[in-house]
Amino acid sequence: MHEVSLMENAVRMAVETARASGGERVHRIRLRVGAMSGVVPDALRFACDMVCQGTPADGAELEIEEVPATCWCAHCAVEFATPDFLGQCPHCHAVSGELRRGTEMELASIEFS
Amino acid sequence: MCQECGCGIGGEVKIGGRPASAAHSHSTHHGDGHSHEHGGGGAPHSHAHDDATAFPPGRQTVAVQRGLLEKNERLAERNRGFFRAKKLLVLNVLSSPGSGKTTLIQKTAAILASRLRVGVIVGDLATDNDAARLREAGIPVVQVTTGTVCHLEAEMIAKAAERLDLDALDVLIIENVGNLVCPAAYDLGEDLRIVLLSTTEGEDKPLKYPPMFHSADVAVVTKSDLAAAAGFDRAQALAALHRIAHHARIFELSARTGDGMPAWIEYLEQQRASAKR
Repeated sequence: MHEVSLMENAVRMAVETARASGGERVHRIRLRVGAMSGVVPDALRFACDMVCQGTPADGAELEIEEVPATCWCAHCAVEFATPDFLGQCPHCHAVSGELRRGTEMELASIEFS
Repeated sequence: MCQECGCGIGGEVKIGGRPASAAHSHSTHHGDGHSHEHGGGGAPHSHAHDDATAFPPGRQTVAVQRGLLEKNERLAERNRGFFRAKKLLVLNVLSSPGSGKTTLIQKTAAILASRLRVGVIVGDLATDNDAARLREAGIPVVQVTTGTVCHLEAEMIAKAAERLDLDALDVLIIENVGNLVCPAAYDLGEDLRIVLLSTTEGEDKPLKYPPMFHSADVAVVTKSDLAAAAGFDRAQALAALHRIAHHARIFELSARTGDGMPAWIEYLEQQRASAKR
């Protein structure tokens, strides 16, 4: 994946958000990354220090919340964990391809001053 | 990871051989990112914690909840609206390098030529070899060379499309950079995402690259004429596609021999008819 450019987007958005709220420095960046997003959390961590250098987010800590993939069973009206894009409902055993969570790549929140 | 695919680090995007930044006078306007348009519809609002001990003095937390590719998604939606207004059918063709994207596009355009006018935007890291091949076949084409970026983005498409006479086209085919990873995440404003799997690749490609194959509206098994020589296990490949791309229409064809092309062409004509409405 393109973890460096994704991290660049995250840092740009974090700095913009901090500045819009009157902040100068970003201390913490919290991301939400889905298991099916294709993004590798370790690669984001690797990219973070490099991308933050020389920006108001220099030295910021990166927290990544990994979101497991969840499918929706319309029949049972429940969400259930799935190992890939096609999950089998644990209650009725029907196969569902309706992924409800797991594709996220989001900037969840930031800490700034 | 980026050390391998090189994306996001340096590299100059060129459209039709010219730097993208010079190719388009509104680039700075597009580039400013409209930072005020937050997902929640309002200005960023801080949720300062009541418990002052939770953070060192002066630190605040603010919920952002914005997608990292939000800007691309916004530009892709703009492309989509623009293309719809032009009544164009837009295809985003994706595969690993060497799966036969250019050949399929060339043959598709040639067969459609008597009924539909096809234009092409081609993305590659370097060279305009693919564009030259298509141009020789009489197809209007713009080459985007992405430098080191391993995928096309919506903004590149918006700029490249300005170099085509869209009013003279019925179908716009975007040949993405050969890569089964990164382009999956970038919406370009297409109507249909076409993902190719050639018989000379492993049957389990869909299982190895699930985000890409899952994002497909159409999966095309190409090079069917080489299936026997490559020892291609058709049943296994179709099972893998059905598992990951269960919602996708599947075609099996050889662009070289023309085998299986009629069904694919008929499908595109149907899709174009509904795009026109």
